[in-house]
Amino acid sequence: MKGFNKLLMSRLGPAITGGVVGALASLLVFFGNPGNMGICVACFTRDIAGALGLHRAGVVQYLRPEIPGFILGSFLAAFLAKEYRPRSGSSPIVRFFLGFFAMIGALVFLGCPWRAYARLAGGDWNALAGIGGLVVGVGIGIVFLWQGFSLGKADKSPKWAGAMMPLSALALLALLFFRPLFGAEGTGPVFFSASGPGAAVAPVAIALAAGLLIGWMAQKSRFCTVGAIRDLIMLKDAHLFNGVAAFLIAAFAVNLVLGQFKPGFESQPVAHTNQLWNFLGMVLSGLAFTLAGGCPGRQFIMSGEGDGDAGIFVLGMLVGAGFAHNFSLASSPAGATSFGMTATLIGMVFCLAVGFLFRIKMD
Amino acid sequence: MADTVTVDARGLSCPQPVLETKKVLEKLTAGRVEVLVDTVTSRENVARFAGSRGWKVEKEERGDGFCVVLLKS
Repeated sequence: MKGFNKLLMSRLGPAITGGVVGALASLLVFFGNPGNMGICVACFTRDIAGALGLHRAGVVQYLRPEIPGFILGSFLAAFLAKEYRPRSGSSPIVRFFLGFFAMIGALVFLGCPWRAYARLAGGDWNALAGIGGLVVGVGIGIVFLWQGFSLGKADKSPKWAGAMMPLSALALLALLFFRPLFGAEGTGPVFFSASGPGAAVAPVAIALAAGLLIGWMAQKSRFCTVGAIRDLIMLKDAHLFNGVAAFLIAAFAVNLVLGQFKPGFESQPVAHTNQLWNFLGMVLSGLAFTLAGGCPGRQFIMSGEGDGDAGIFVLGMLVGAGFAHNFSLASSPAGATSFGMTATLIGMVFCLAVGFLFRIKMD
Repeated sequence: MADTVTVDARGLSCPQPVLETKKVLEKLTAGRVEVLVDTVTSRENVARFAGSRGWKVEKEERGDGFCVVLLKS
């Protein structure tokens, strides 16, 4: 185990992690997850929001075990290596809304950065507009970072403060296993889709094991799909980008072997062909993630290792997902909604305002 | 020996510890810089960045966090 951890912390770490995440993203589709959605941090968080009744879009409600797996895998990896460091206080409420709007942007595009790459590796060319948007969003974030953007310093928190997200992950798993039904009308409080993407699920044991493994590996290697683009542009450092490259190659290779590579624009699973809003949705997400310091996967991983600010960002994503469906902001295969377009623009104004207003002189 | 320049990057999120380090290193051709960080992620990022710019890197535990010592002569 020590050798494995050392390898993950080496220069090869992000590439190894990216390769495993990419391969698992394709394998989980084979095992039952929705098309080109073997792993999607945003979509799965949205499914969890639905399962908890935070939105009532009946086709996207499921307690995806991958997500608590990320948190718990990261927690275990950090705790055993004495890297568990509870901390928070870097503008948590701003991070909540960055998470909120990152989710809106992701659901206008229909995927987080991980899924954007997974879609591309499955032959969904609509993902190219999203990835283009992601790069532009990260680029805008970089301009703010050059100008001294900062949400301020986090402070050390009491030991148990960092346990909130791992405990929440355990609670989600308990709800998944026991499926309590004590809501009005004999259903709920937990909802599970009977049809649609929310009903396309890999076996729990496989999904949870994949989540735990990814959480562990990503905690050690710092795999981050937004940091990858940011560091490449800003610092000419390809360390994290190797992870994205490996993700794409592995996901593509496994898709090819399993007959899951279906190139084209039309009729791609859980995707739409409105390229302008594929692009703009991800500009918003990319900017929000950059201002918050990492992609959604990374935010979940950091929340597991005790970062309360990342935990708040994640909760912002969860609430954002509820709003996205209750307010008809999320896109569907038919395309983006006018409400979603408006919300994307509001989100951009918010993120630009945050970028301009949060500049701290560090001298 | 030249004075030590200290960068306190504790509590900052990615990629600010590296950016603060970069700002300081760009002003120096040689010397000793101590970068204080509080996570292993920041420690490794700062070490990797400084190493790529030709600085000798030493990592120490200090208090609740770490000190990355950067040297160039």
